[in-house]
Amino acid sequence: MIHQYKLGGYNIVLDVCSGSIHVVDEVAFDIIAMFEENTREDIIKAMCDKYADREDISPADIEECYAQVESLKDSGKLFAPDTFEPMADKLKAKTAGVIKALCIHIAHTCNLNCSYCFASQGKYHGDRAMMSFEVGKRALDFLVENSGSRRNLEVDFFGGEPLMNFEVVKQMVEYARSIEKEKGKNFRFTLTTNGLLIDDDVIDFANKEMSNVVLSLDGRKEIHDRYRVDYAGNGSWERIVPKFRKLVEARGGKNYYMRGTFTHANPDFLKDIQQMLDLGFSELSMEPVVCAPGDKEELTQEDLPVVMEQYEKLAELMLDRDRQGKPFTFYHYMIDLTGGPCIYKRISGCGSGTEYMAVTPWGDLYPCHQFVGEDKFKLGDIWQGVTNTDIQQEFASCNVYARPDCHDCWAKLYCSGGCAANAYHSTGKVTGVYKYGCELFRKRMECAIMVAIARAFGDNK
Amino acid sequence: MEHIKTIETRNLCESAKNGGCGECQTSCQSACKTSCGIANQECENKNESK
Repeated sequence: MIHQYKLGGYNIVLDVCSGSIHVVDEVAFDIIAMFEENTREDIIKAMCDKYADREDISPADIEECYAQVESLKDSGKLFAPDTFEPMADKLKAKTAGVIKALCIHIAHTCNLNCSYCFASQGKYHGDRAMMSFEVGKRALDFLVENSGSRRNLEVDFFGGEPLMNFEVVKQMVEYARSIEKEKGKNFRFTLTTNGLLIDDDVIDFANKEMSNVVLSLDGRKEIHDRYRVDYAGNGSWERIVPKFRKLVEARGGKNYYMRGTFTHANPDFLKDIQQMLDLGFSELSMEPVVCAPGDKEELTQEDLPVVMEQYEKLAELMLDRDRQGKPFTFYHYMIDLTGGPCIYKRISGCGSGTEYMAVTPWGDLYPCHQFVGEDKFKLGDIWQGVTNTDIQQEFASCNVYARPDCHDCWAKLYCSGGCAANAYHSTGKVTGVYKYGCELFRKRMECAIMVAIARAFGDNK
Repeated sequence: MEHIKTIETRNLCESAKNGGCGECQTSCQSACKTSCGIANQECENKNESK
């Protein structure tokens, strides 16, 4: 399977199954489009007819180009067959029974009242709750006990607002550090916060212990304050931005993301990214809202062309900023072409329900944070382990080839079938697909690959 | 005349032979939390020649 597109002045051909990426001239682009369905003679004739009035393209050029396409096919870099499907289950089974990441719901409560929150203001459709240290400690032990030979273990302090239970966060990190050496593990912590409770203590702690900090900021003040308000209805932008700047400045280059959400109110989200850049932030993530169908925040079909254009302009902005010596990172445009994920990872996806689970404040296990509060998805708890094996099996068998909608999609080995939660909320099945999200994802990949090509060619200098 | 420039990429077919160590980051853990994309994940298999 191949995918051809034109962007940023490049003619781009992706060979899906080999992972190869080719930048081609217009003749090669046309030949490749015809290659599988036509004979050599028909293709040469069609090209000679098409380019008959072009002095710079001779019939000999066309024949030479055809030979180059044929050679790439022979070397397995073009039209490579999909040989992965029969091994999909086997590849995913490689990590069966091993858990390597937990999303710790340290606080099911929040000091903001954002109407678009997928977690219903941090409560996940339940009661407010805080995780105790005893539960948190047991969650860490559960992770270590079930992590097999995995060395790198990820723990994300999530909510609600995790800093509303900061003391337990600190206690859990201290405990994890006290056992990791003897257990042969390396804990990588992430803190996701709305920023209201950031102070010097938090900054010192986060910059010492957190591998990554995710800071929620939607960009422009008027956009941010539309939804990210406190219980009195006051916007939070003025209060959090100085705190975020201080934290990032003190972070000394360690990982962080400014993480925004865009909604129907701001499909022109590039202005929000520009605002983040103007504030001095360079590690950025901007996500389409996840909400119930029909919510006023939901992105519409009318928003789609706007969003698509924004993604293209974002790619142009990244290259412009490279040229100015002021590069920035956009999470969804990060793509490591030579050192990226292996085919196992590309087939198996995020690992929700198998390698990755969410833990509620009272110790229940769910396939991921987005399923918390949906009773039928409860997997078990951190004392008994996974007891709902039927649900776990549903997630274990969830690979890109288990999703019929992904079969003919060129992006399947870049997204690995997408988010199970988005699929479930959109179609009622974890093996479904959230089609609107797919359209955005494909556009992001086209843009990310174009940026990578421009950088590989030095066209960003 | 060169009509095609191939960008260096990881060979996915080769990675089927010895990939799957599982040490890489969980896909949505780092920044988004609301979607799945694996393209931006870094391989952490230190023993494999890619």
